[in-house]
Amino acid sequence: MSKGLVVSPDKCTGCRTCELACSYSKSDAFNPKDSAISVLFYEDVGLRVPMMCMQCDEPHCVKVCVVNALSKDEKTGVVNYDKEKCIGCKMCISACPFGNMTYSIRLKEVIKCDLCKGDPQCVKMCNYGALQYKELDSTLDKRKIIANQFKEAFGEGAK
Amino acid sequence: MRGYTEKIIRVDLTNKTIKIEKLNMDYAKEYIGGRGLATKYLYEEIDPQIDPLSPENKLIFMTGPVTGTNATCAGRFNVVAKAPLTGTIGAANSGGYFGPELKFAGYDGIIFEGKANSPVYLHINDDLVELKDASHVWGKDVFETTDILLSENEEDAKVACIGPAGEKLVLFAAVMNDKDRAAGRSGLGAVMGSKNLKAVVVKGTKGLSVANPMQFNKAVANAREKVTSHAVTGTGGGLATYGTEILVNILNEMHAFPTNNWQASRFEEAEKISGEYLTENYLVRNKACFACPIGCGRTIRIPDGKYKGIVGGPEYEAGWSYGASCGISDLNEINKANHVCNMLGLDPITMGATIACAMELFEKGYISKEDLDGEELRFGDALSIMKLTEKTGYRQGFGDKLALGSYRLAEMYGHPELSMTVKKQEMPAYDGRAIQGMGLSYATSNRGGCHVRGYVTSTEVLGIPMKTDPLSTEGKPALLKLFQDLTALVDSSDICLFTTFAIGLPEVSGMLRGATGFEFTDEEMLKIGERIWNLEKLFNIEAGLTREDDMLPPRLLKEPVTSGPSKGKVTELQTMLDEYYQVRGWDEYGVPTEEKLNELSISSRRLAEAF
Repeated sequence: MSKGLVVSPDKCTGCRTCELACSYSKSDAFNPKDSAISVLFYEDVGLRVPMMCMQCDEPHCVKVCVVNALSKDEKTGVVNYDKEKCIGCKMCISACPFGNMTYSIRLKEVIKCDLCKGDPQCVKMCNYGALQYKELDSTLDKRKIIANQFKEAFGEGAK
Repeated sequence: MRGYTEKIIRVDLTNKTIKIEKLNMDYAKEYIGGRGLATKYLYEEIDPQIDPLSPENKLIFMTGPVTGTNATCAGRFNVVAKAPLTGTIGAANSGGYFGPELKFAGYDGIIFEGKANSPVYLHINDDLVELKDASHVWGKDVFETTDILLSENEEDAKVACIGPAGEKLVLFAAVMNDKDRAAGRSGLGAVMGSKNLKAVVVKGTKGLSVANPMQFNKAVANAREKVTSHAVTGTGGGLATYGTEILVNILNEMHAFPTNNWQASRFEEAEKISGEYLTENYLVRNKACFACPIGCGRTIRIPDGKYKGIVGGPEYEAGWSYGASCGISDLNEINKANHVCNMLGLDPITMGATIACAMELFEKGYISKEDLDGEELRFGDALSIMKLTEKTGYRQGFGDKLALGSYRLAEMYGHPELSMTVKKQEMPAYDGRAIQGMGLSYATSNRGGCHVRGYVTSTEVLGIPMKTDPLSTEGKPALLKLFQDLTALVDSSDICLFTTFAIGLPEVSGMLRGATGFEFTDEEMLKIGERIWNLEKLFNIEAGLTREDDMLPPRLLKEPVTSGPSKGKVTELQTMLDEYYQVRGWDEYGVPTEEKLNELSISSRRLAEAF
């Protein structure tokens, strides 16, 4: 089964080290503007939301790419980008419903999350566990939390 | 590029001209960046005797060579100018996101000169650097100003600005960035205000690279491993769990928590203003600065009143200054007052401590109710602090006098001895009688009363990296010198000082070497710290300060601690001070000797003239 990035915005502190880790691994420079992951801030409610490619099962970006620079790897689930094939038409950027495709005018290429070939650097640098890389159908974290509340409410000895 | 972008912006506000200059790499090699590098520029370019609020002063924003990289907690920048509160070198650093953004725009720093004839702000978008009219945001608070300037420029830009306090030249006005981060101390916001400079808006899209990626990556991984696994800075550690307010109960239990304007050293109700209490009752979630795995910042909830909402929470010092120092245990009111400091652009340490001084002046009958706009002001008056902070920021009523800081206030009413300041800047939340090393640290700090110029609390209280006896003076001068020199280096890298609970000279030097390619040994790096400290001292001497200014308030020297393990203790300053000057290689007047300056390769043109 494929693994994927799971985001928990409630844990994000907004340090943006994920942006640095991503851009540094994709190029040799630290540059949040060339990162496939971005942290968005909603300070009025105290929330920061990391956003990156969701590796869609039916990726719109792949559909609009006329030169097949984008392709879905059915085994890993990753939507891969081939820089050599890309002609820089930027259709994929328009097509992505989440705005998760970026075009770098500096690198003249599309910046897109490829899960770092199964070793996502952003996850490594996330000290608060806001980003996790795991089997998508394994742990049901949120259900567990709710289930735990039932346990506390109705478990043996609870009043 | 190697850590540095090697460019700085020079803005002549008087003539409205902007020049992009090459960074002076000779300076960079000798002073690294941030605090040290900006001090070097300032020392070379202004006469230390000038009026800090005159156009002759310069205001320098400076990043370090690792700012903007993933070096541990390296998202900081320094603001440096001659300080209006103290008349000394003024240097304050801040986190958030502004510093890295300036680097991404392609600049290591900005030097502001002169004075604009009407309110302006500097707008930077990579190669576009322009002065724009700021009259529409003049008078607006930090939050409004930030929102308006972002809506008028790039919405993802970063903003550093002053609030009404800086505009109205409150002597302890802060330069604020990203709304609630502050280059808080020294009154640099007033220097910005005196220049009619409201804000700097910056957006950058350029990348930063380092000189030796392999070496740098290894050094960062090593430092990060240590920081994230340490009991104080690590994952689930003290700072992450409770923020800096974790110190409240620790300091209070050792009776080193100054209370009621330092009349007592233990606060009965400390628990209610502790990190534990804040976490349980007000914390929404943690907040981190750029590239920081610690996340000591607090996003908190103000549940009621006109500032109801989600805001930045108080640090240990602010919680103390409005709390124990004012005899106040209502954390909700403290949170509000702290938020007002962020909105109006004030240093909460000096603000709270100045109110505490006013409380003592009133209780002792030296200030009348009439002076206080018809209201009484006593220790424990929780509802007074937010109101007085607002009045100070706008300089209304009695706030106009509070705006001068506690020294000038107490002096005005004939009792300067009640001001708990060094060089006219308020000391923070560690009693220098109960922690001898901190007493010496306050007295010798180059920017006046301050805890982060030589944080020997680390060994004296926390036992990091080793435990020292806080009641003993033995070895403290040498210990303090080491802390001061290392801190100067850390501040010049623009790495957060909090990392130094977990890492030291080898780790900091390693990251700097990897980023810059400078082949300095650890010892040579520490020497840079010592060079910075001595240059700051020279600045102060040339500004007219003497040994008499390396002095604590009489309360610390004459009124012993009344309770706890340090009962009966005063700060044994003179003994430590003589030894400190010797350890520093300074003469008995605290002036660096020619030998020392030569050893550090400091050319002191003006001092040579003075001899």
